[in-house]
Amino acid sequence: MESLTNTIQAVPLNHYILLSTIIFSIGVMGVLLRRNAIVIFMSVELMLNSVNLLLTAFSVYRGDAAGQVFVFFIMALAAAEVAVGLAIIVMIYRNTNSIDINVLNRLKW
Amino acid sequence: MNNLIWLIPVLPLAGFVINGLGRNALSKNLIGAIGSLLVLVSFGISVAAFFQIKSSGVPINVTLFDWISVGNFKIPFSFLVDQLSSIMLLIITGVGFLIHLYSIGYMHDDKGFGKFFAYLNLFVFFMLLLVMGSNYVIMFIGWEGVGLCSYLLIGFWYTNPSYADAAKKAFVMNRIGDLGFLLGIFLLVNTFGSVAYAEIFPKASAAVSAGAPIVLITLLLFVGAVGKSAQLPLFTWLPDAMAGPTPVSALIHAATMVTAGIYMIARSNILFTLAPDTMEVIAIVGLATAAFAALIALTQTDIKKVLAYSTVSQLGYMFLGLGVGAYTGAFFHVLTHAFFKALLFLGAGSVIHAMGGEQDMRKMGGLKGNIKVTFITMLVGTIAIAGIPPFSGFFSKDEILAAAFAHSTTFYVVGVITAGLTSFYMFRMMYLTFWGKFRGTHEQEHHLHESPANMTIPLIVLAILSAIGGMIGVPAVMGGHHELGAYLAPVFEQSTKLLGEHELSRNTEWILMGTSVLIAIVAMGYAYSKYVSKAHVPVADQEERPALANLSYHKFYIDELYDKVIRKPLDALSVFFYKVVELSGIDGFVNGLGKSSIEASKGLRLLQTGNVGFYIFMMVVGIIAILVYSLVRI
Repeated sequence: MESLTNTIQAVPLNHYILLSTIIFSIGVMGVLLRRNAIVIFMSVELMLNSVNLLLTAFSVYRGDAAGQVFVFFIMALAAAEVAVGLAIIVMIYRNTNSIDINVLNRLKW
Repeated sequence: MNNLIWLIPVLPLAGFVINGLGRNALSKNLIGAIGSLLVLVSFGISVAAFFQIKSSGVPINVTLFDWISVGNFKIPFSFLVDQLSSIMLLIITGVGFLIHLYSIGYMHDDKGFGKFFAYLNLFVFFMLLLVMGSNYVIMFIGWEGVGLCSYLLIGFWYTNPSYADAAKKAFVMNRIGDLGFLLGIFLLVNTFGSVAYAEIFPKASAAVSAGAPIVLITLLLFVGAVGKSAQLPLFTWLPDAMAGPTPVSALIHAATMVTAGIYMIARSNILFTLAPDTMEVIAIVGLATAAFAALIALTQTDIKKVLAYSTVSQLGYMFLGLGVGAYTGAFFHVLTHAFFKALLFLGAGSVIHAMGGEQDMRKMGGLKGNIKVTFITMLVGTIAIAGIPPFSGFFSKDEILAAAFAHSTTFYVVGVITAGLTSFYMFRMMYLTFWGKFRGTHEQEHHLHESPANMTIPLIVLAILSAIGGMIGVPAVMGGHHELGAYLAPVFEQSTKLLGEHELSRNTEWILMGTSVLIAIVAMGYAYSKYVSKAHVPVADQEERPALANLSYHKFYIDELYDKVIRKPLDALSVFFYKVVELSGIDGFVNGLGKSSIEASKGLRLLQTGNVGFYIFMMVVGIIAILVYSLVRI
């Protein structure tokens, strides 16, 4: 355990932040630009993971376990969300033969 | 004795509850018996109270419970029976009982019999509260209560729209006066910090020299009296009030309620004595009303309307008496007027009863042979009101006129002329009704009959009282003691001290009396020559009248004047407020709000494209905006 902490701390905190920011931005861009619902889902996971990464990094640096606990929460939440979300997407595909979100614009006035 | 006092008002209240709840369940005889007997018991207690006060000279003061208590300001629910209120109690319960008795016969065929008795009892309750209260607030409760009962009973036959209108008119006009009374009470509280007579009156003189707004207070109280006692300019409701059943006219609109204004001023006599300006206003208003109403009464053809205007006129006399400081005289007239006016109204009711509902004197005539008891008793009442000695009206009216003479000769002259007019129109009524040939239809002539005993007995009792009632106030110059004056002296003690006795020489008094009697008899003779010897009958409505008679017959167009000056502009103002302010102003604003939000949502709705990408984009923009905002704020 000691060595792992040291390994993580060997990289400066700024790098973690930078990496997380990049991954998060990629996720946001994915969500905003892609049209495939599953890809959007994956992009959301990217964003979540970037946050997780940041939380663990901070947790280690501050020697505070709270951040890691939150990571577990987020993982559990993401898993549940994916389960529900995928089911919805499957149903949408069955009904419309498409998961292109730009085609799915029935929910309007 | 003192612990029975509370029963006096409570018994009629019980009658109201029993008759009100059982109006459909109980038999008519039972309802009539309950209604009348409870008032009779109250009368018995009142008599006992009267004799106790007469012998001891000490007012009875009973506090039932603390009613309103705010900080230092307390209004107890308490009764004060002193010389003044004990006589009022006798009038209300005594005359009230006779009128209840009479009503059993008069209202016998009416399907609202139980309701009628319930209302009458309720009225008696409120009237008793009015006179027994030991402070202005309790008086005000009674004051409003009698107004309510008057409204209910004028509109008793509410299916007739014009009767219902008359009730409304009475109610609204009384409200105008009541506002004045209420403001007067507020001002009293503000000035004296109390509403109890016992606390206000002793403080009054000191407070006035300290600059209390006593003239304003008394004027406001007087406004209340003007409304309730139908004086100029608020008198037009009283003649219209004749729409109610005749016993109501007798009890409420002649004998008791309308004298509430007189009672209130007599009760507050010290305040008024300290405000000579108000006294002058009262005297002038009273005199003007007396003369004005008498002029209208000259040409009326409805038997009850004549009596109604006569009531207005007599009330004017009482105010004249109050205004010139003759409190005893005014109150004496209240007493005698209660006897003879109740008698006259009940007599008129008996005539109407005999005529099968006919009230127009042009269609009567020659009734004296058919309904003897009614005729004789009404004749007694007419002589009494005309002021011919030794009947009661003479003494009370003469006392007022003598006081008016001592105050100002003009007042006296107008008063005496009005007395002549009174004599003329009262005998005109008698002659048209009872002398000459019968002018009604054949069925009516067959139908003519004397009323049953429970209607004639009250007439007879009231006739006796009207005849001899004046004996309690025989002036010293005629060798009497004026027992009423002596009895009431403690109530008016302070005022008498301030005003001083008016001194008239014996000769002057005799001349004054002689003059008024002479004028009354001349007027009576003139009426006889016109309506009996020449058998003149007032012309039908559509025919031409001389200009002055026309003016009098149409009541000087006062109602029409009020219509033009007050009702029409108010209507126009209401229409303006409805059409402009309400419809385009307020409605426009409220509907505009609704419309603009509908329009705005029409535009915003277009943002809902259903495009998921767009939604997410907006979400991200939103999150960034929130982050930026919180960063900037921190």
